[in-house]
Amino acid sequence: MIAHFPILVIVVVLLAAPIVPLVGRKNWVFGWYVATGATLLSFLMSLSLLNTVLTDGRISYWLGNWEPPFGIEYVYDPLNAFVLVLVSFLAFMVAVYARKSLEAELQPDRLTPFYSMYMLFVAGLMGMVATGDLFNVYVFLEITSLAGYCLIAVGQKREALMASFTYLILGTIAATFVLLGIGYLYMATGTLNMADLAQRLPDLYQSKVVLTAFAFFTVGLSIKIALFPLHNWLPNAYTYAPSVTSTIMAATATKVGAYALIRVMFTVFQPDFEVTVVHVTQVLIFVSSVAILAGSIIAVAQTDIRKMLAYSSIGQIGYITLGIALMNEIAMTGSVVHILNHALMKGSLFLVVGAIVYKTGITHINDFIGLGKKMPVTMAAFTIAALSMIGVPLTVGFVSKWYLAIGSLDAGMWYLIPVILLSSLLTAVYFWRVIDNIYFKKPEKENADEQTPPGISEAPALMLVPTFALAALCVVFGIFASVPVSIAEKAAVMLLR
Amino acid sequence: MIEFILGKYNYWICIALMMVGFYGMIAKENLIKKIIGMNIFQTAVFLFYISMSKVHGGTAPIEWHHAVVYDNPLPHVLILTAIVVGVSTTAVALALVIQIYQKYGTIEENRILELNRIEEEKNLEMNG
Repeated sequence: MIAHFPILVIVVVLLAAPIVPLVGRKNWVFGWYVATGATLLSFLMSLSLLNTVLTDGRISYWLGNWEPPFGIEYVYDPLNAFVLVLVSFLAFMVAVYARKSLEAELQPDRLTPFYSMYMLFVAGLMGMVATGDLFNVYVFLEITSLAGYCLIAVGQKREALMASFTYLILGTIAATFVLLGIGYLYMATGTLNMADLAQRLPDLYQSKVVLTAFAFFTVGLSIKIALFPLHNWLPNAYTYAPSVTSTIMAATATKVGAYALIRVMFTVFQPDFEVTVVHVTQVLIFVSSVAILAGSIIAVAQTDIRKMLAYSSIGQIGYITLGIALMNEIAMTGSVVHILNHALMKGSLFLVVGAIVYKTGITHINDFIGLGKKMPVTMAAFTIAALSMIGVPLTVGFVSKWYLAIGSLDAGMWYLIPVILLSSLLTAVYFWRVIDNIYFKKPEKENADEQTPPGISEAPALMLVPTFALAALCVVFGIFASVPVSIAEKAAVMLLR
Repeated sequence: MIEFILGKYNYWICIALMMVGFYGMIAKENLIKKIIGMNIFQTAVFLFYISMSKVHGGTAPIEWHHAVVYDNPLPHVLILTAIVVGVSTTAVALALVIQIYQKYGTIEENRILELNRIEEEKNLEMNG
């Protein structure tokens, strides 16, 4: 049984996708039970996988017992076992939260299909992380994207439809670019297995076919992770989608895209390809810096909290790609840790927004006045996550920024430190506006009742617990930072060896 | 030069189709035309895979006593998956367009964005 965990961890979620509509035909609650149970099971299995990887080293699982490179291979090493635990944990947390939140935000007949799509979405993400076969990455990428389009389109407002369509067009361009890249690599090497490609590619680094393949991969995946000039689809998608969708997409989808970029850049292609053949790192450092600053600056100008968080996500993706592009172990550690940290922080923030929407229906920052008194626990979670986003010591945000800053000094690029500091300052500016409204501004007398009706209280426990758990983890991993950092360090050493 | 163009004519067709599709996806205002562009774009990639699997003088990869050389069947299999993906993407896109038409009464992108802008301004006014 344990020997088959590498495949079961995905199959459990994938199988839940058709089971949810079967059991949820009469009552969607049964569908919710299946979805939550499947994600919990998958989370426990991925924890066991991470444990095995850390003690015994790399796991290679042959699908159908076909020897790679002929068959598909699932490979677990410190990097993807870590990301897999993160994805399944957030999928479980968000599934728990979804019950109450979705009941309020969706029409009843859409609930069961939503959980089914949610399962497909999560299974696609986990498959992308687990597989060691390049074409399999494309298939899972499309599974998760197609489910994602549906999850966005069920948003309450009609803008959600257009947001989903825009994402569909851009997402298809991205995935087709990745498919073309795979085709070029297959043409040059005749194999699709990542480990096999890594062995065959170094002889072909000067080939124009291989260079083109690399270009297609980078651009395609950059669209998927919404790296700054290619971020067009993201703000509207996060703003108009149901809260549950925005949370799971912000917390996991872009992270898995970043993971895929790391995989292609450092496992399929070796680090010396980026250093000696294409000077992609300089370009990526420049683009990441622009993304970090532009995301933060645009976020300051937003009045809708979800749009503000979406632009802030665009900035945070810049941190991850910056760590990738610096190409040293410290920065790479920062980058991998930031994948976890940003998922926790942004997940928690979006869950808080979902709770506010559930209780009051407001998303406009100016209407938040007085919420600190009405929903103290929810707002405490928001404050912790916001402090973490700014990078206050003892929170996770500080840990990753610290590693990125040291990493840029190590690479001799001191001018990146002001970029990180300035962006922290801007983050403080846009979160301060919200916190100021929540705790300190006095409601104006005449329309105080209209803006925050007296009946508002805390969100139900099923929503509160996941929100607060994520916020608490921001502090726990900020204090006991050595736990995720030691895993990330192992991953960084493995990638840059 | 002529040999370079004629000898690789299948790839030139792929590139041309791809650019046609790409242009359609980006430049057309009509959402259905965008979907048509998307299909052409994807089909170009399918053709690229199929034509790279062709082996000179090869036959279909079926066991046959006259066959000496076989075409490479692997890209065929890969592209079968990609075709399925393409069909599902088209289905989702068309479903979205139907919904968009019901909610907006139009499928012209600039008109939809204009309607969104008007609504946003109305919301801003309400919030003061």
